[in-house]
Amino acid sequence: MTPAPAAPRLTDTTLRDGSHPMRHQYTVEQVTAVVAALDGAGVPVIEVAHGDGLGGSSIQYGMSAHDEMDLIAAARDTAQQARIAVLLVPGIGTRETLASARERGADVVRVATHCTEADISEQHFATALDLGMEPLGFLMMSHMVEPAALAEQAALMTGYGAKGVYIVDSAGAMLPADARSRVAALLEVTPEVGFHAHNNLGSAIGNTIAAIEAGARHVDGCLRGLGAGAGNAATELLAAVFDRMGLDSPLDTFALSDAAEHVVQPYMPFQPFPDRESLTIGYAGVYSTFLLHAKRHGERLGLDPREILVELGRRRAVAGQEDWIVDVAEDLARERDGARPTPA
Amino acid sequence: MTPARPRAAILGTGNIGTDLLVKLLAAGDLEGAVFAGIDPTSKGLERARGLGVDTTSDGLDGILALDDVDVVFDATSAYAHREAAPRLEAAGITAVDLTPAAVGPLVVPSVNLDEHAGAPNVNMITCGGQATIPIVDAIASVEPLRYAEMVSTIASLSAGPGTRQNIDEFTRTTARAIERVGGAQQGKAIIVLNPADPPILMRNTLYAVPVSGRFDEDAVRASVEHRVAAVAEYVPGYRCKSIAFDEQDTTWGRSAVAIALLEVEGAGDFLPPYAGNLDIMTAAASRVGGQIAARLREGAVA
Repeated sequence: MTPAPAAPRLTDTTLRDGSHPMRHQYTVEQVTAVVAALDGAGVPVIEVAHGDGLGGSSIQYGMSAHDEMDLIAAARDTAQQARIAVLLVPGIGTRETLASARERGADVVRVATHCTEADISEQHFATALDLGMEPLGFLMMSHMVEPAALAEQAALMTGYGAKGVYIVDSAGAMLPADARSRVAALLEVTPEVGFHAHNNLGSAIGNTIAAIEAGARHVDGCLRGLGAGAGNAATELLAAVFDRMGLDSPLDTFALSDAAEHVVQPYMPFQPFPDRESLTIGYAGVYSTFLLHAKRHGERLGLDPREILVELGRRRAVAGQEDWIVDVAEDLARERDGARPTPA
Repeated sequence: MTPARPRAAILGTGNIGTDLLVKLLAAGDLEGAVFAGIDPTSKGLERARGLGVDTTSDGLDGILALDDVDVVFDATSAYAHREAAPRLEAAGITAVDLTPAAVGPLVVPSVNLDEHAGAPNVNMITCGGQATIPIVDAIASVEPLRYAEMVSTIASLSAGPGTRQNIDEFTRTTARAIERVGGAQQGKAIIVLNPADPPILMRNTLYAVPVSGRFDEDAVRASVEHRVAAVAEYVPGYRCKSIAFDEQDTTWGRSAVAIALLEVEGAGDFLPPYAGNLDIMTAAASRVGGQIAARLREGAVA
């Protein structure tokens, strides 16, 4: 009998992507509880950072209630077998923040750029290698370019030292065929390909399965799907899927579904779901993280958040442009008020 | 003896150097002495020759050999400027540094130009710094600031290899200047590149958090509008799209936050209008050059 093929490496990002719906208010106690549960259930990599990566605590993205470096250290102290990962977005985080995270116990770094701007990451990959970290590339908003163009960017990151490169569907705008064709293109230029899904079109698990079938060796999940927009592929579902695909998986499916139910669900502010706003994000192809900001400014100015999101998609906003939400909302409010007849 | 119009040289023949050349020629405060590069076949040198400007491909050595240059604008790289700075100072040449080297004091024309009028070397910070620090100062003059944060979004096409390979230097230098020049107790800078086609205009958002947790909104608006007009004198495409006031949870508790949305449309001298990020640097440097020229002329008279 031939042995079962190995499952892809799962990185759980409840404590990083999940920081968005948590409005960056994670506590040391929550981090410790989640890491203990994931680590005990065999999850090999656990990502901990502000939702926008190291140094993301800001007015633009939301200020962290607790210093992410303390959260990383707590994760490191708790994990027995799992490696601790961080996200670094050049332009937001710097090499200094990466060195601090390394000192506090981070082993893996995912260096993230917009899908056409990989060449701003060279110095960060060099630093990751100097620090003895495992560096992976993370190409955000990957739905915005064709597979061949995405592969060119992945090749750049590989040249800078990335061990592998993730296709990141930040907008949750892909369908399984989009995931499959991008994985195939990237496999030509980088040794390992990863896939990070969002569920805005209800396709996070389906896209992840398509990516695995096309050869992805890294996939991301969050317990209860707790992530930006409609959330990510749920970690406990991925564990079940690996079993049903007949893959040799280190994950304990029951332990992960317990963790989702008993550790994460009780503190969740809401269950991310493709509701009308997050569906619009997937449909308009905008950054999932825009969800709560668009809702807040929509409420402030009396606008439908969907109008704001669609206009941001039309202007081709990229990851990190939360300030454009303010701008677009103010523009739409002005247009609306200008259109009103002036009282005599 | 210093001539009536001090002699200037530009070191570095890329986009910034070329755009600055066009601005200095138009301003007429400084005599375009020499345009210095290190590659005799560079397009920048060829263009300068076409404009009737003297050129050298011997870089800094070519400038120093002339021995009558008063001001050098350095548009090379932080690394190259650190090497050049002591040699320029030894030769008695004032340096206007457009790299993030920050050897000399950080200067924003509408904020602290007079303070550093006699400095042998001044640094122009970053494009985002030039766009937002005037507003930090304008708000801080009304209400002391606990924190100020700027986010620059620039068109991918206007981010050259220098910016791309040194993006950390941008955020670090800008954050420090928000504190030292703008006067906020703590500064933060973020930069985002947007590849949209047609390219977007340079956009800057400034968030300010007051020490008191409150703003006098009318006073802030008036101060910002006044300052925008002052910056627009030397950067004609500089404008404030809107000022909004919001309330947010911050590290220092629930607080008022002022949000200024700033846009910079380039003058289109050499670089296209969307490259407001490059235009604001060369316009600010040209303004500093004009002030140095005035000082040197006064010195020559006295």
